[in-house]
Amino acid sequence: MKYTDEYRDPATAQRLISEILAQAAVPRRSNRVQGSASGIRIMEFCGGHTHAIMRYGLRQVLAPRVVMTSGPGCPVCVTADADIDYCIALAHLPGVMVATFGDMIRVPGTRSSLQEARAAGASVHIVYSALDALELARKEPQRAVVMLGIGFETTAPTVAASLVQARDEGIGNYTVYCMHKLTPPAMRGILDSGEVRVDAILGPGHVTAITGWRAWEFLPQEYGIPCAVSGFEPLDMLQAVRVLVQAVVQGNPHVANAYPRGVTAEGNRVAQELMEQVFQVSPALWRGLGEIPASGLSLRPEYAAYDARLAFSVPAELLDLKPSEMHRGCHCSEVLRGMMEPPECPLFRRVCTPAQPIGPCMVSAEGACAAHYRYGETLS
Amino acid sequence: MCLAVPLCVKRIEGVMAEVELSGVLRQVSLMLTPEAKVGDYVLVHTGFAISVIDEQEAQVTLALLKELEEAGRQAEEDSARTDRGPGA
Amino acid sequence: MAERVVLLGHGSGGLLSHELVGRVFIKHLGNPILSEMEDASTIPLADEQGRLVGTPVMTTDSYVIRPIFFPGGDIGKLSVCGTVNDLAMRGAVPLYLSAGFILEEGLPLADLERVVASMAVTAQRAEVRIVAGDTKVVEHGSADRLFINTTGIGLVPPGVHISASLARPGDVVLVNGAVGDHGLAIMTQREGLQFDSPLESDCTPLNSLVAAMLAACPQIHVLRDPTRGGLATTLNELAQQSAVSIEIHEAAVPVHEPVRAASEILGLDPLYVANEGKLIAILSEKDAPVVFEAMRAHPDGRETALIGRVTAERPGRVVLRTTLGTRRLLDMLAGEQLPRIC
Repeated sequence: MKYTDEYRDPATAQRLISEILAQAAVPRRSNRVQGSASGIRIMEFCGGHTHAIMRYGLRQVLAPRVVMTSGPGCPVCVTADADIDYCIALAHLPGVMVATFGDMIRVPGTRSSLQEARAAGASVHIVYSALDALELARKEPQRAVVMLGIGFETTAPTVAASLVQARDEGIGNYTVYCMHKLTPPAMRGILDSGEVRVDAILGPGHVTAITGWRAWEFLPQEYGIPCAVSGFEPLDMLQAVRVLVQAVVQGNPHVANAYPRGVTAEGNRVAQELMEQVFQVSPALWRGLGEIPASGLSLRPEYAAYDARLAFSVPAELLDLKPSEMHRGCHCSEVLRGMMEPPECPLFRRVCTPAQPIGPCMVSAEGACAAHYRYGETLS
Repeated sequence: MCLAVPLCVKRIEGVMAEVELSGVLRQVSLMLTPEAKVGDYVLVHTGFAISVIDEQEAQVTLALLKELEEAGRQAEEDSARTDRGPGA
Repeated sequence: MAERVVLLGHGSGGLLSHELVGRVFIKHLGNPILSEMEDASTIPLADEQGRLVGTPVMTTDSYVIRPIFFPGGDIGKLSVCGTVNDLAMRGAVPLYLSAGFILEEGLPLADLERVVASMAVTAQRAEVRIVAGDTKVVEHGSADRLFINTTGIGLVPPGVHISASLARPGDVVLVNGAVGDHGLAIMTQREGLQFDSPLESDCTPLNSLVAAMLAACPQIHVLRDPTRGGLATTLNELAQQSAVSIEIHEAAVPVHEPVRAASEILGLDPLYVANEGKLIAILSEKDAPVVFEAMRAHPDGRETALIGRVTAERPGRVVLRTTLGTRRLLDMLAGEQLPRIC
């Protein structure tokens, strides 16, 4: 398969791994204070990277000299349970059809999930694209279709495109419940929330295809942390890790584009403009992390008619109104910043499990806590 | 937030394109990449092309990786030779 | 019958029911035992000398697949193959099946007849007889078109001991061909993917293949068909039941190219996708070559591959050597595998 197989060659991978491990053993010329004895810590921001790292067994093969940690880059996992509760409530309203990406269906709100809601008779449809949801609205003019807008900058433009199309065609029964979030503010939010033990960031390749790699310049400039934008094939990721290890060892924080075939400095202007047209920046509630200013998107007033937050009134008794209590004691913020290992969290395994996850680290199948829960010790 | 697969543009009709991978065909929107042409490879995420793959950059990266692999092999051969001693 | 759809009357036991049985079920499935139309059917298990040669085994399964017609098969074919294969996974010769139908009021009779005809063809191919049946009709909305339950009885030949608990360190793991075809064929219909040549379910009865394997070597330790949850889930079950570790080489697992491509596009992993014409065989290393040859020589085993080994490394767990050469644990499927964006 073109543009995939070439980036999966095992011999080159082994070569890259040896180089990375050799380079990581060199003492660092850095003036940043960190626990250097425990290896170079690279946070992969993106859920797609976490998945690929798991799929190719990269975490085990790079540890302990290079430690890959998962960031909050799984948009589904950082969706606040209050938002999920609202979506479930919408799904139960007569005449409403909720359309959602598959990843979302199992994520728990305070009491239930969309999957359970569907089992109880709520109208929940899995779609692969916002265009599928729009098509659903065309086919069912008597019903109100609500598209759950989750995802970062990779997905937000696609949902924006569906809204522009809905408006152009005058499709009156299509709305979006916008829960889109922005990655640079999320990164800032985490790095600002306390002490950080992250030496480098593996930048999300497809988010950056949209935003352009200049969006990450604040990392070396304001935090002294290098960022390498990476694709999702194993050779892409290993190449990016190699660049990062070199940058850390040499004390040279900068942004590297390790995915030049998909990513440019300025990004996808058409996508950015579509987003500008439809969305505005607003504060957003992140599961486990609380509210982060200017970290989310909401629909502009011109698109109010397509805003699911305005279009429906959900009876108060359909909502479970205690989201904040659930998260008392959640230490995802520390885990994400590398300050705490999953077993050190008081909720880990006792209260917080993959079946009943509290924060994003456990919600994601490959989040730090879920991975630790399932895999425990690494393979030698 | 990132699953996007490289697919080849086979046919364009208005804002929609038929893309292909190993005999699998799919309809995707080019609303975000109006510049895409037939024969281009595009990264597709949730039914939309989000970026046109830069073939030249792809070749540069592959060449770099190839160089690396060869340098590695050369280094291994060299060290094997010195292990065996001169006259091997 | 002038009716073109299934009516509640067809399940009530009266004239309509009798007509349905005669004109659809007996017409296609008819055999001397079934045609006796008794409340219960006599099923001879002994040979001509009146001896019971072998151990009787029984299995049951219900089939609720959507859509009921799919490339490579239908719910009827599946209901015969699935149950025949469960018997074959114990090394049994499948002999008799029962078939119970729950029909939704309004189901087109043409569809029902097509399903039943398919069952007849499949039963003939698998050399089993459908000897008992039942039909109920429920109101429109109470069942999704039709559900089928089949129960099967077979005989395990003497000297054959196949069980999920018999895998031993040192054994090798074989699979009779490419994985992921069935699940992807179903999923891609739903996801609106098209193909140059459409993906087809691999649904097929495996008893003939198993017979050929046992003829080559009766001492096969484990047989199991990786249906729901795919190869990965089934291997985990076997690792647990035998309290051993199984190491699989990802590069050795055959996957057809369009299945691989469709999986990439949908964000699925073929190792977790259901199969309906595949089996995993675990046997001692010394017996493997002769069984491998027998499988490759059989139409249902042309793409047989050796995919791994049984070890004692991590009892109860499956280890995957990835295409990259690294190693990781391969888990069971937790819940349904859904197309992901993330």
